[in-house]
Amino acid sequence: MARDMSDIDILKMELQQLQKEVKNEREPVSKTAKELVDWVEANSAEDILLKGVPEDKNPFKEKGGCIIT
Amino acid sequence: MCDQTFLAITFGPCDNCSETKPLMNIYVKNEPINYCSLCVERMACQGLGPNETLATLKTESETLKTKLEEERAKLHDAELHQVAEKVEALGQFIIKTRRTLKGHGNKVLCMDWCKDKRRIVSSSQVRPFRWRRHEHAVTMPCTWVMACAYAPSGCAVACGGLDNKCSVYPLSLDKNENLAAKKKSVAMHTNYLSACSFTNSDMQILTSSGDGTCALWDVESGQLLQSFHGHSADVLCLDLAPSETGNTFVSGGCDKKANVWDMRSGQCIQSFESHESDINSVRYYPSGDAFASGSDDATCRLFDLRADREVSVYSKDSIIFGVSSVDFSLSGRLLFGGYNDYTINVWDVLKGTRVSILFGHENRVSTLRVSPDGTAFCSGSWDHTLRIWA
Repeated sequence: MARDMSDIDILKMELQQLQKEVKNEREPVSKTAKELVDWVEANSAEDILLKGVPEDKNPFKEKGGCIIT
Repeated sequence: MCDQTFLAITFGPCDNCSETKPLMNIYVKNEPINYCSLCVERMACQGLGPNETLATLKTESETLKTKLEEERAKLHDAELHQVAEKVEALGQFIIKTRRTLKGHGNKVLCMDWCKDKRRIVSSSQVRPFRWRRHEHAVTMPCTWVMACAYAPSGCAVACGGLDNKCSVYPLSLDKNENLAAKKKSVAMHTNYLSACSFTNSDMQILTSSGDGTCALWDVESGQLLQSFHGHSADVLCLDLAPSETGNTFVSGGCDKKANVWDMRSGQCIQSFESHESDINSVRYYPSGDAFASGSDDATCRLFDLRADREVSVYSKDSIIFGVSSVDFSLSGRLLFGGYNDYTINVWDVLKGTRVSILFGHENRVSTLRVSPDGTAFCSGSWDHTLRIWA
């Protein structure tokens, strides 16, 4: 638990973690950003909060009001 | 009369070497001890190898951090908003409160959607706190709940907070049933529970705590399956990766770090330290390749997992209050942030700009979640209400 660890233990833990992370494989941002953009575009059509729905199809719209008989 | 300050120094036999010297009165693991300064230094050096001192460890750490930043910078060959230049700009944004759920009687601290998309569980700072499910309020004898989560089946709810535990309550349609009696304590931390989430089934729960760790528990037996050490301060939030992308989760803490973990090995895979203050909320991008975070430094940030770096910051000079909670819309194009200045800001994730600012709450927005089908989102606030926006 972090609260019970001494400064030395915390430093050693951070050091070990950094040593591991430096070796991680990475890809260029130009490639990964493009993939993020592509994913969004592919899924935008189903995103109702993005596109909106006509008021009458909105499941959260308050129902009720006047009924004319 | 002049002010005189007196410095009291204890003088006596050292607890360790027994020599009579000026003593330092310190606490180690809550026990008071009186060591002379030499013994204090010796104690601080225990655990170090030959040629290691606190200073050398720190220097090595700084060197590695610089190297890590260099490696990351080498691949920083583009900006997200540049790559997204050709994406159509968003039109006018019309979103408003469709329902206001009152009746909590106190600050709403957290909420979660059921997978059936219509039920919500929320908790507040009330004694005893209430669950809101359908329109039935179920009273359970648990105080100061800071985290709650719906089980994937919809048949149970997990919650916890200042009691340092995470407990699971089975839900039933019988309003009169005494649910408190059926409570099952699953997780035990040594400090407050800040967040909890079921994994893909009702059988396992992931928790994060003020004790600086996250943990994975078996619900049935209460057994600790895996613990995750790496944060150097309270862990405030967590989010599981979308199931298709494997067994990882991200956590954010008061040490300003966001860590990505492998659930099976307990290892921290990646760590991001660019926020300037506590990270209150983390949420995976729907594709699982990135995550967003919201912090007390008033910014939301997007971290790309494969590029291993922060790729976008969502902020404005006019926004100075911390972000308590973030979530993405279904496609990942929009990022909703609940802020301590009572507003909800809506950001265009790709272009980095703010699309809309939503008013309505009369106190801090403490929690915000998009519904599982993406048709609406719910915000909870210290103004005692929950609002559904669509």
